[in-house]
Amino acid sequence: MSAIATFIDLLAGRGDPATLAPRDWDGVIGVARSEAMLATLAHRLKGAALPPAVATLFADQRAAAEVAQAQALWEAEMARRALAPVGIEFVLLKGAAYAAAGMSCAAGRQIGDLDILVLATDIRRAENALLKAGWEWVKSDPYDDHYYRAHMHELPPMIHSGRDRMIDVHHTILPKTHRITPDALALVSDAVTSGGGFAVLQSADMAVHCAAHMLADGDLQGGLRNLWDFHLMTRDFAAADAGFWGQLDGRADMHGLQGAVHRAARLSRDLYGAALPGGWDRQEPADAWFRRRLLARDDWGRVKQPLLEQAFYIRSHWLRMPPAMLAKHLWTKWRKR
Amino acid sequence: MRHCVRIAVGPVQFRIGSDWAGPVAALEHLYAAYPRDDARPADATVRLFAARPWRRWLRPSVHIGGDFVVPGALPLPLSMGLLAAEMAMNLQVALGWRRHLLLHASAVARDGRALIMSGESGSGKSTLAALLGEGDWRLMGDEFTLVDPAGGDAFAFPRAVSLKNEAIAEVAARVDPARLGPLLAGTPKGDIRHLIPRADAVVAMHAPARPALLLFPRFGGAAGIEPMGEGEAFVRLTEASTNYVALGEAGFAALTRLVRETPAFGITYPDSAAGIALVEALWAEAAR
Repeated sequence: MSAIATFIDLLAGRGDPATLAPRDWDGVIGVARSEAMLATLAHRLKGAALPPAVATLFADQRAAAEVAQAQALWEAEMARRALAPVGIEFVLLKGAAYAAAGMSCAAGRQIGDLDILVLATDIRRAENALLKAGWEWVKSDPYDDHYYRAHMHELPPMIHSGRDRMIDVHHTILPKTHRITPDALALVSDAVTSGGGFAVLQSADMAVHCAAHMLADGDLQGGLRNLWDFHLMTRDFAAADAGFWGQLDGRADMHGLQGAVHRAARLSRDLYGAALPGGWDRQEPADAWFRRRLLARDDWGRVKQPLLEQAFYIRSHWLRMPPAMLAKHLWTKWRKR
Repeated sequence: MRHCVRIAVGPVQFRIGSDWAGPVAALEHLYAAYPRDDARPADATVRLFAARPWRRWLRPSVHIGGDFVVPGALPLPLSMGLLAAEMAMNLQVALGWRRHLLLHASAVARDGRALIMSGESGSGKSTLAALLGEGDWRLMGDEFTLVDPAGGDAFAFPRAVSLKNEAIAEVAARVDPARLGPLLAGTPKGDIRHLIPRADAVVAMHAPARPALLLFPRFGGAAGIEPMGEGEAFVRLTEASTNYVALGEAGFAALTRLVRETPAFGITYPDSAAGIALVEALWAEAAR
């Protein structure tokens, strides 16, 4: 069995780690690192019978992830201190939100940049407040800067000069030029307060954003991690509230993202064994391409189907902007190489 | 990958894959005497690869990859494949290792106590460690020193020593030629030749040593010793550590303890003999 299939079986609880040969671990660890999920796997296999070297490595990973999460939440607190005095409230997105809300997918999850969502009407003031509080622009390229401001769902990335941490300030969850326009006002106004005191998206919106980020915006880089987030959060939300899947359907429809959300649900069933309710539990032939893309890694952690990877990259751009604009954008980017 | 070798250096088990036989054969030669445990899963994966299939043969150039990839890193010609392998191994440790506080420093040990030397490239920390390691010191490593956050002990990472430029002739004059790797001339870092550590240093590579002396050497100028305060040593070592920030509070505690418990000095020296004399004199003081 391939390393990535073994890795997914271990995450899904289908595989017994005790049956792995020593050589198998090389591939599993390599794949998990490539997907930025080694600490996630380490949490999943906490307490399992493991080779001593693997158990020690996993303990390192769990400890490191705990520190990294504390640092990510501190970064969120820094943003709060910069934005609260000017009266701007924000909603935490993605990894930091999962950590703030103490969700099960946060265990060992790597958190990259700080992603926050503000009302579109607050975005300029948010930018000024952050610049005053020590963040600065990462990109100085005028085309990129213009591109972000005119067409994207976020400000150009900023980095804090003292702490060297990035922040992405969103005003919605998909690019302005995307074929789909989610209801950003509803996302912010229906946000809820997490146990950690930060605002996060309400449950169904959180799952919608997770699916949108994975399937409607990106090229499925890091897709296994996003899918794992989606799987665990929908499982836990549904366990806490029997009406969750129905609410998710309603919110997904409202944001125009039913297709992405249903596909995410089917993929989490196919890969991680999620149990889906009737109406969700369908078969769709095109899913096979997504499964192949998600599983396209060899035992050395390399993407092994470059054409498929390229196809999904082109698809992500195709969804993001109309054809004429895409042509102009690629032309500009190509000339600047 | 086509060619593969497993190497254990200190606590790190590497799996190194390569599109070419050359770099793997060179590593197998340098690390032949290191203990091998082929049943042990790898902590870190290193990949040496051609960006395009034809670049395996046509002007072959070695790209560095693995668990962690630095975007935009320039490839090296295949003739410098061994340097690429060494850089790739260092990179994976620098970016991925979390068990210890990683100091970009050389270290040698005597009687279970460690002398740690930190400095920029060109400070002579590698050369001093190599020369001391040929005397009655145990070479712990010329690139990384690992500090256990829990107990404060230093652990060795005795990879093959990377000798550069003038240091090559100086060390080559004193060691068995069989312990030297091939000369890599004209690399981006100058001429490089690797030195296989003495067998006793490899056998003892898992033995901890208590930090007893911190030195910040600088090559060139008259011989001189300058005592260094805890604060300055602390700041310099945060800059010399690749995972200080990632370790959070544990890193801060480990480094604070290190600079509080270990006397620190800056030293300048005109040549290796003078450098070694300074080291021995300071050690005689510190190790009392």
